Amino acid sequence: MYAYILRRLLMLIPVLFGVSVVIFFTLRIIPGDVAQTILGTDATEEALAQLRKDFGLDRPVLEQYITWMSGVLVGDFGESMRTGREVLPDILSRFKITFELTMLSAILSWIIAIPLGIIAGIKRNTKTDFTVRIISLLGVSIPNFALATVLILVLALTFSYSPPVGYVGFFEDPIKNLQILLLPSIVLGTAMAGAVMRMTRSSILEILRQDFIRTIRAKGAKERLVIFNHALRNAMIPILTIIGMQIGVLLGGTVIIEQIFSLPGLGQLVLTSINQRDFTVIQGAILFIAFVFVLVNLLVDLLYSYLDPRITYK
Amino acid sequence: MKEFLQKLTDDKVGLVGLIGIVLVVILALLAPLIAPYKPDQMFTNHTLEGPSSQFLFGTDEFGRDIFSRIIYGAQVSLQVGLIAVGIGAIGGLIFGLISGYFQGKADQIIMRIMDVFFAFPDILLALTIIAVLGPNLTNTMIAIGIVFMPVFTRLVRSAVMTVKENEYITNAQAIGVKPSLIIIRHITPNIMAPFIVQITLALSGAILTEAALSFLGLGVQPPDPSWGVMLNDARTYMEFAPWTILFPAGAIVITIFVLIYWVIV
Repeated sequence: MYAYILRRLLMLIPVLFGVSVVIFFTLRIIPGDVAQTILGTDATEEALAQLRKDFGLDRPVLEQYITWMSGVLVGDFGESMRTGREVLPDILSRFKITFELTMLSAILSWIIAIPLGIIAGIKRNTKTDFTVRIISLLGVSIPNFALATVLILVLALTFSYSPPVGYVGFFEDPIKNLQILLLPSIVLGTAMAGAVMRMTRSSILEILRQDFIRTIRAKGAKERLVIFNHALRNAMIPILTIIGMQIGVLLGGTVIIEQIFSLPGLGQLVLTSINQRDFTVIQGAILFIAFVFVLVNLLVDLLYSYLDPRITYK
Repeated sequence: MKEFLQKLTDDKVGLVGLIGIVLVVILALLAPLIAPYKPDQMFTNHTLEGPSSQFLFGTDEFGRDIFSRIIYGAQVSLQVGLIAVGIGAIGGLIFGLISGYFQGKADQIIMRIMDVFFAFPDILLALTIIAVLGPNLTNTMIAIGIVFMPVFTRLVRSAVMTVKENEYITNAQAIGVKPSLIIIRHITPNIMAPFIVQITLALSGAILTEAALSFLGLGVQPPDPSWGVMLNDARTYMEFAPWTILFPAGAIVITIFVLIYWVIV
């Protein structure tokens, strides 16, 4: 098992290397002069030359990449081209917010989706089932930014409530922190809830049809036991797969949600740096997100064998 | 294809979805005939007016008719959807066919590249490409197309690998039919079913991504009528002019709903 984990971790290296190459070189093929974009059109020739020298933009692209990469490998992501701040500490402090938002949305969506999916699966083709299916379909069809704006609007018009602005860390003031993150998490979790609900339902249906369930029922096991101890556990693999895939969607979704709710997370950092063409920040933040994303997928793969001992890794 | 349409019309659920899709397409194609005004025509003394008989869905901050803008917006959505998915699907088809049929080195190289693209969450990859190309309608379509290519590649590749095992393929190979002919005549038609389902799903995904990118100001640029742009513009005025937000939001939700309805219900 440990050997397998180690091998899978090693396999991430070429993927992340590929990501770094793609990010770095695509950002370098932007037409026009980066220094010019940052300093504006009325910058003097000396100032431009100085900036290029500071960020090593006057050197060959390959050399720039090697310099950047050798920094990244020892945890030095360079400095922002706009603010001069170190990139990695900024990414990490903002990632805390994004991480909390993502986890909260994921957990909220599971709490809602898995029970509803199970109920729909058990009560197949009834009104309950149909309602759950429509809810899940709506969840998938409503884009998070549309849901966010409409929700803010409805809350403002009916309860004169507007979501609190600014961010407070969980350990500073847990209640305020949850107040701030609740609405964004609900919005972000809706799409995931829809997808998970659908998968739970079809997965449970699939399992309930199988022979071993009939055997367990024939033995006179209580229905509750049949569902929770036998059906659900076996149905978890496809549910877990969709959860793993949805984490990527959530991470991407934070870019929009953080923007709407003015949360200073990683998504907002990406967006600001793209708007300001702050390359060191863009490439650092995206590489970091890709790293988190592939780790999550690895974690999901490893959970399979925990849930289904028949899956062994060698 | 005939069989596919037959299956679609047999099933009531599918039919409802299909009618929905046809309606959206008609709205988009006949926009100039259906929309009462031009999408950028400003009625300066009718700014932010509520729905009325003159302006069915009300007007925005420049006094533009929201109903007309939504109908022209359907054109933008559909255009982005079709072209972006076209780029992704054709690219994915070519890479997937090569990868699945020849396997070996070509497969290794193509799939490793696709793995790299899979390591990005969709919208972030699109954002990065747009950061490079610059925000506008064409680049939005290119970015979304590239984002969708890996999914199509994987799907086609695995379908090809299944079809390839059939005896008629082995026979064709044995009598010396050229690989290109086998791929075009015998393999491609047999992988169409999952491919078409994926196209519909990707279509709704592309429309969503375009709206999201435009909402962030990195997709279609004003004054072009994109639903995402309309939604973003409306955020400033929404509390005293809710119609500026509710109608574009409704348009997006209904379109996505009919597009994925028959695939997943």
